[in-house]
Amino acid sequence: MTRPTANKRKKFDLFLLLALVCIIGLTGLLAKVLITLPMGQQGLGDQVAVLQHQSGVESPVTAVLLNFRGYDTLLEVMVLLLAVIGVWSLTRAPFPPRQALSLNPVQIAVVRLLTPLMLLIAAYLVWQGSYLAGGAFQGGAVLGGAGVLLLVSELPWLQNISSLPLRLGLLCGPMVFLAVALFCLMGGSELLNYPQAMASSLLLLIESACAISIGLTLASLFAGGRPGDDLKIKKGHLEVRAK
Amino acid sequence: MITNILYSIAGLGLFAIGLFALIACSHPLRKILAVNIMSSGIFLILVATAYRPLGSGTIDPVPHAMVLTGIVVSVSVTALALILACRVQETSNLSLAKNDNNKEEEAGT
Repeated sequence: MTRPTANKRKKFDLFLLLALVCIIGLTGLLAKVLITLPMGQQGLGDQVAVLQHQSGVESPVTAVLLNFRGYDTLLEVMVLLLAVIGVWSLTRAPFPPRQALSLNPVQIAVVRLLTPLMLLIAAYLVWQGSYLAGGAFQGGAVLGGAGVLLLVSELPWLQNISSLPLRLGLLCGPMVFLAVALFCLMGGSELLNYPQAMASSLLLLIESACAISIGLTLASLFAGGRPGDDLKIKKGHLEVRAK
Repeated sequence: MITNILYSIAGLGLFAIGLFALIACSHPLRKILAVNIMSSGIFLILVATAYRPLGSGTIDPVPHAMVLTGIVVSVSVTALALILACRVQETSNLSLAKNDNNKEEEAGT
């Protein structure tokens, strides 16, 4: 029984050896490139520092993220939305049966204490993003953690919530970002070229909306499927239909 | 100066390990893990290129911004890949829980 397996493995090893040799060669070439890179130079850091005052925020990372490379970030937020759409189109979220739940009091207390605290920390991180490390992605990650905590603790009311706020929250980040980009376009300048007087408040608006979207995206990716109810368009307006 | 070279080479090592596992392992879960290890290596290289010795000016914020968005995108890509792997398991007779050796032995018998 073991002999054919061993033979098969031995034959397979040749291909593996070839792959190994190729990868070691590639790694050697890449290592040479990395060592000969001019590491000590500033790269784009100097240009960012020169243009920092025009960006509307004090943190260089946030300035690069939302202002200088805003187009990139806009598309990445869209990618997150696409990932959720992909997951939702494949499966329904596996919620446990409603009767079979016995919630631990310690667990409930922890969820009650931690969830508001995490929301507060997420809001603080978003606010902090304008002058220190922090911003939409960090705040969104903490929000996503709060969502995962709620999902893990399997609160029974969680599956009875209508999915409309969730859908709107998932959309708000990309849509607000896109609306601001179009607003810049209509103001006579280029796409995502914020008017300097309003840049600070516009960036904060984008960051808050994106943080909500990113948090909900991460939580719904963890839930692993679409919610139990479906949206239907009935007589021109949206309605949520429970299944 | 030696620090960022060290981090870059470590990142390159992670990338190579991930690439080899991506080719060598046929199991979907291992492939997803391999892609994650590769992306971690790339993030490490990017952060290392932004490194400046203490007192020699500010860090380069551009690679940091790229890593920041890259991490969130890689999380969502992993989630989508896992859901796809689960669908593959549901619609075929592939089992995600078993490892490759068991399957090969079963095929041998």
